[in-house]
Amino acid sequence: MTSARPNAPKVMSRLELTKRLVAKLKHDEAVIGGIGNTNFDLWATGRRPQNFYMFGSMGLAVPIALGVALAQPQRRVIALEGDGSLLMQLGCLTTVGMLKPKNLTIVVMDNGMYQITGAQPTASAQVADFVGIARGCGIANADWALEEASFEGLVERALATEGPSLIAARIDAKPSDATTERDPAQIRDRFMRGIGAKQ
Amino acid sequence: MASKDEAKPNTRGWHEIVQDTLKRNQIKLAPYVPDRVLTPLIRSLHEDPFFTTFATAREEEALGVVTGGWMAGMRGIVLMQTSGFATLPNVLASLALPYQIPLIMLISERGTLGEFNIGQVMVCRTMRPILESLAIEHHTIARHDELEFIADRSIKQAIATQSPVALILSPLLTGGKTFTH
Repeated sequence: MTSARPNAPKVMSRLELTKRLVAKLKHDEAVIGGIGNTNFDLWATGRRPQNFYMFGSMGLAVPIALGVALAQPQRRVIALEGDGSLLMQLGCLTTVGMLKPKNLTIVVMDNGMYQITGAQPTASAQVADFVGIARGCGIANADWALEEASFEGLVERALATEGPSLIAARIDAKPSDATTERDPAQIRDRFMRGIGAKQ
Repeated sequence: MASKDEAKPNTRGWHEIVQDTLKRNQIKLAPYVPDRVLTPLIRSLHEDPFFTTFATAREEEALGVVTGGWMAGMRGIVLMQTSGFATLPNVLASLALPYQIPLIMLISERGTLGEFNIGQVMVCRTMRPILESLAIEHHTIARHDELEFIADRSIKQAIATQSPVALILSPLLTGGKTFTH
């Protein structure tokens, strides 16, 4: 039996991985961007109306994505979350594991730090293994991206097969160069129209 | 015992009134963190295929689920008790309110009218000040004959105005959680 976390997954660029993720989205998949750099790099990849950008409510990207996935079972939904945020709301993985929504994928951008608040280390810098945690929560389809091509392959598999699934990627400490617009009502309205919940 | 057909509306239990009101308003998504008093309602929702209902690990999580559901076209409600509501101010202030989500909260009131747990008593004191400070519409429902009107109208108002609402179920309505010594 091998451990969930490979010995030396490549440390990659969050922006580069986010670009590769978005490039794979061909069917108006919904993406819920967790707060901070995760969100900012999603913003930097373009203005998809199917993207939802959070402000506060740290840790709720997965629960929001779960709600979207339950309401629209025909649409693929991706929760894009950072390590610090996911650690704050780890219990949500047990809910996902229990409900097993077929259309939900969680992508964790893990740099082992609260980068935006001053680069304090998170538990994932030392011990917390998101793939092992996800499997323990009942999300069997959970994997580390070993390098960029591996990440793309995992995204393709997640979008083509029944979920739920989780993809974790080691990323570097670089902050994002972008910031989202700060108009929550407009973000919500655009997202609702983007996924057909509002005309 | 009267059959369902013969039953008058006011003979329904509080939880049946809530269930019927949710259905009439197409509220399908009902995540919860459990509470003893809410047990008959939670059981009824689980037994009714109209509802998608499940426990979440935290109330914040349930709020996130209902927010996602609303944005994707499925109406929802969060069920919780007083102490659970006390965990929510940050996500109310940073998600439900600024994003204009018609978040419907059903809160079983603990901490008053015969409470035995001092922690519940103290946290109960924070509930209405939090709701007031965030200017969230809230109603305490104590009377059986007012339950349907308040719940139905509040749900409709929340959706029409894209604003959260809290429905607080008083022990006067539910019987609360009692102790014997």
